[in-house]
Order: sequence, then C-alpha cells, then structure tokens
Amino acid sequence: MYEFNYHRPKTLEEASRTAKEAEDGMVLAGGMTMIPSMKLRLASPSDLVDLADIDGLKGITIGSDTVTIGAMTRHHDVHTSPDVGKAIPALAALAGGIGDPSVRHRGTIGGSVANSDPAADYPAAVLGLDATVETNTRKIAADDFFTGLFETALEDGEIITAIHFKIPDAAAYMKFPQPASGFAMVGAFVAKFGGDVRVAITGARDCVFRMTDMEKALAAKFSADAVADIAIAEDDLLADIHCGADYRAHLVTVMAKRAVAQAAG
Amino acid sequence: MSIEVSMNVNGKPVSAEVEPRTLLVQYLREHLGLTGTHVGCDTSQCGCCNIHLNGESIKSCTIFAIQCEGQDVLTIEGLADEDGTLHPMQQAFWEHHGLQCGFCTPGMVMVACDIARRLPDADEKTIRQELEGNICRCTGYQHIVEAIESGIKAMNAKGQVGQGRAENV
Repeated sequence: MYEFNYHRPKTLEEASRTAKEAEDGMVLAGGMTMIPSMKLRLASPSDLVDLADIDGLKGITIGSDTVTIGAMTRHHDVHTSPDVGKAIPALAALAGGIGDPSVRHRGTIGGSVANSDPAADYPAAVLGLDATVETNTRKIAADDFFTGLFETALEDGEIITAIHFKIPDAAAYMKFPQPASGFAMVGAFVAKFGGDVRVAITGARDCVFRMTDMEKALAAKFSADAVADIAIAEDDLLADIHCGADYRAHLVTVMAKRAVAQAAG
Repeated sequence: MSIEVSMNVNGKPVSAEVEPRTLLVQYLREHLGLTGTHVGCDTSQCGCCNIHLNGESIKSCTIFAIQCEGQDVLTIEGLADEDGTLHPMQQAFWEHHGLQCGFCTPGMVMVACDIARRLPDADEKTIRQELEGNICRCTGYQHIVEAIESGIKAMNAKGQVGQGRAENV
C-alpha cells in the first residue's frame, strides 16, 4: 500500500481537525474495511486518523426506549452484551453474524455505518430500527444518513460518536450470506413499533433502503403472508457473478418473509 | 516517515522504528523474526495470521503495528513452555493429527485457544462455526475439530479456560 501519515489524537476535536486539514485524511476505527481497501489501493489516504485513544466512544447504554452504542464499540461487544441481547436481540444476533470471530474482535459499529457498504449488515439495523446517528457536530436520522454506494451524509471531518437505536416491540434480521465472504447478498431487517413497521433491505441496491409497500402491508397484518406477494422491481438492483438482479429480487421477498416470521414468532 | 513502536510480544518488551504502513504480521515476521505467524491470503480471510492482541484473537495482517503501541501480543511461539513442553492445544493437534501441510496451523491453534477462552463448553457444531475465519486446504477440518474439542477439554482440566487474558492461555 502507499505511504501515509499516522495520527492518534486524544480528542474528537483534534481528530476532526486533523482529518479535515489533511490533503486526503480518513478516519481509522477498527480498520476491517479500511486496511484491506488500502492494500488494494481502493483507498489511499494521505493521512489516517486513528480514533483508538479518544475517550467516550465505546460502550453500550440501555435507556427506557433506546439502546445507545458508542461508535468504537466492537461487533464482539454488541454480540455478547446481555443488555443488548435483552433489549434488541435481533441487533445482538446481527452483530454476531458479521465477518468471523477475529474480525468481530476489531470491527466497530461506527466504522461499518460510516462505510455504507452495500452488503453490510449494520446499516439494515440502523435504518430498520429508525436509529439516530450522532456525530461530533449533529444528529442525523437514519432515513437521511445512507445516500449511496459507500456514501453517507457525513461531511469532511465529521465523525460518528454513537448510534441511538429505538427499542422495538419485535424485530428480526435475516440474511442470505454469500457463501465465501459471509456478506449479505440480501438481508432484511424488520422491526415493529406499535402499529408501525419498518423494513430495511441491505445487499440489493447501492445502499440500504426501506420497502415501504411491505411496511404498509405489515402494519395492517404482521405476518409473513402479508409480504409473500410483494416483489421488488429488478431494474436498479445489484447484479454480480454471485447473484443476478432477478435472484436478488427473489431474495428480497424471501428474506423479508423469514424476518417477519421470526419477529412474529 | 518512521515511528517508534513498543509493545509486549510473548511477554517480552520489544520496540522498533517502523513505517506506519507496516502491518503487525510484517513486524512480527520481518523485524522480530517470529515467522510462526503465517501470511496466507493477506485479505483477512484465511486466518493463518491469527495472533492474540490483549488476549483476543485477531488477524495480524489487518492491523498496523503502530496500532499495537503499548499492547500485549501473543504469537504461536509464545504458547509452549520454555522447556519445549507443548501447550495443551498444540498437544491436541499433535495427537489428533490436526494438520497436514501445517501452513494454517498457527492460526488454527491461536483461534482454538480463543474459542476455549470464550466458549469452554463449545460442542462440535460451535467449533465449526467459530472456525469460519480459518481456512485449511488439506485436512477437510475433521481432525482439526477433533483436536480442538480435545484441546478444550485438556485446557478445562488445567483451568486454562474462561474469560481469561493471554497469560492464562
């Protein structure tokens, strides 16, 4: 990989300033995507700003109606947290399905969400659970956060500090993993909040999105049958050697059905 | 630009000047001569480069050496006793023929010890799931899984399991 300058600031202000002022500064969290991307020269930052020494970015707080997870909290910690397992079991299960155990010992929720990989798992939970993404400067609603392929609403020097998840009445995440990589070919996160239902789909388009027609059907009747006949158009779905757009379209309905069945069960 | 980095490797303090882009596995192999940690794929998938950082398994090809400043690293070379007595997990791999060519073995053993630490009651199915990030091209995994089951039992018998840190492994 190309050379870069390494920074390990102690404060969020310094991290933000360093990333912003550098020629092409990027933030380093767990590095599970960043470092492979740098090896492949898909990313070649002039400066890497490591968040490891900044206090207050790690940890899980359970409120009366929210679960707050610090940006530098690792997948392993979310997966094994008894508090998350009790408040939002679907979220703990999702974290335990990312990568492999050694990757989960490094990878962070903030890194995953900021990266907006089209096949990542966490974005589905953020959108499905109507979460709020808190940064060093503002709070961003999940509906406004994911804007495209590896693109988010984050601005230069803006750093995620925490994600606030709403605690649902019921939720489930089901994915069809690519057999070699484990990434979601399609994943569906379904969450029920009283009479409202949210359905977030990952893996199928440039970034995570909601299936509003499924949400309406599920609000009327929360059962797998309600979404069985709701198909997505193939037009703008991803297609690659593993999975064509037609098969991804099929998987969207199947994963949504499975998620509803699990959440309802 | 080189940066001074210091860490503990297998219980001994070490330091060196490294470029920021130096991966931990390069530092271990090329600076410290600890070539037991292998580079199989260099893309975080094969698991041959697994080591323990502060008592937890990680892939040393996907972390920079400078990120490990002041931290504890345990490699395959640090498992056996100084007199050469194998660690119970190494012994189990020996007894169950848990390897053929041996290339993936250091990573397998380090992850196996991590499984024992986190999941001392792991059954065969769990062990297979936990090996998701370790690839072996020779054995078909059968003997590796048997070795790990046996190794965990041996570690249980010696009180080496549970939520311990590296020194208990």
